[in-house]
Amino acid sequence: MSLPQFTFLMPTSLSEACSLLEEHQGKIKIKAGGTDMIVRLSHRAVKPDFLMALKKIPDLNQISYSPEAGLNIGALALLREVEISPIVLEQAPMLARAARATATVQIRNMGTVMGNVCNASPSADNIPTLVAMNAVIVASSGDQEREIPIDEFFLGPGRSALQANEIATAIKVPKVAAKTGVSYQKISPRSKVDIAAVNIGAMITLDKANKCEAVRISMGAVGPTPLRAKQAEKYLLGKEITDETLAEAGRLAAEDASPITDVRANREYRKLMVEVLTTRALKEASSLAVNY
Amino acid sequence: MKKELITLNINGDDYEIAVYPWRTLNEVLRDQLHLTGTKLGCGTGDCGACTVHIDDQSVSSCLTLAVEVEGHKITTIEGLAPQAVANSELENCELNPIQESFVNKGAIQCGFCTPGMIMSSKFLLDHTPNPSEAEIRAGLSGNLCRCTGYNKIVDAIADAAEKI
Repeated sequence: MSLPQFTFLMPTSLSEACSLLEEHQGKIKIKAGGTDMIVRLSHRAVKPDFLMALKKIPDLNQISYSPEAGLNIGALALLREVEISPIVLEQAPMLARAARATATVQIRNMGTVMGNVCNASPSADNIPTLVAMNAVIVASSGDQEREIPIDEFFLGPGRSALQANEIATAIKVPKVAAKTGVSYQKISPRSKVDIAAVNIGAMITLDKANKCEAVRISMGAVGPTPLRAKQAEKYLLGKEITDETLAEAGRLAAEDASPITDVRANREYRKLMVEVLTTRALKEASSLAVNY
Repeated sequence: MKKELITLNINGDDYEIAVYPWRTLNEVLRDQLHLTGTKLGCGTGDCGACTVHIDDQSVSSCLTLAVEVEGHKITTIEGLAPQAVANSELENCELNPIQESFVNKGAIQCGFCTPGMIMSSKFLLDHTPNPSEAEIRAGLSGNLCRCTGYNKIVDAIADAAEKI
């Protein structure tokens, strides 16, 4: 179907983009890769007077790392770029795994990790790992910049903490601590292309005795926003990592999940998969942590 | 609303055209330039029938705005064997090795998915010259075919990889 009419804007600086947002508040939509926005336009799910593309704003596609600043993924870094970036593969390989699990080859060549985050879909592939790794979203309103902890970023399906005049410019992921491992696990009816029926991101830090010192577990597609498995996290602290403790953590995670039944999976199956995938994610993350 | 005057570089040729900003690259290729080798399937980026290359990256032309690809190198299925397109006598045309393998291995039935399949195969083989079967299937995961059952397409790509 043809797209509805709009005035197309292609600002060449961040400040220009932010003032356009301010000026056309309520009548403007932002497009990065466009793989979600163009579909929404085509379906008339949105009908903005103005569509603003970010692609001409310089330097937004950078991927960089330093031990102090951690990993920085610019708003226009493509899913494909994150998937194959030597920096990401070295510093946060599970972010590359999540990017690779997203949609199709063509969509990954167009879409951005930030777009996937900002659309705030509860089932987004790239969110659980970023939550597990305690990422921060950098938001700019042109003259001002603020950092939003990812735990505070998602307000509901499709709703984020970005203000109407703000553009998310980068994802910052803190340097991974010693003896820490991360995992991303996903299940969907089809092995490729499909949106997750359940996805789990987990990061675990072990102490000298290989007991759990810190853990973050994020569950996707089982609530209106990505949910932290708080009970499981609390339970694991100070515990030895065994098949039994990891199984119990999975069981507790399922208790914290509040999935719905939809076309991809029913509520009961999702609960069961939260248990399985949480245990699986913790197992992989802790085995990676032992040697990191 | 005013049309914008843009120049698109497609298969090495420059096309000066006037387009509305809400026109997709797929609409411009097919309806305005009559390069109908590129198909339109789902229109939502799921089926891969509309796959073209922008700067050698495979993308969905149905999700790409034409005004956004000015100044970029666009390659469509017509660009893989330009002489074959110019020469209508089949015996004299030289196909791209991937196209040849698709023909020889019976990887084409109704043919609707074929241009997109071949553009995805090209992107795969550009980056993974000797793909495993799993890599071929992953490389094709953004392209749907309702006729072949995929096996012959996988065979064709393995065959093409050996030739390239």
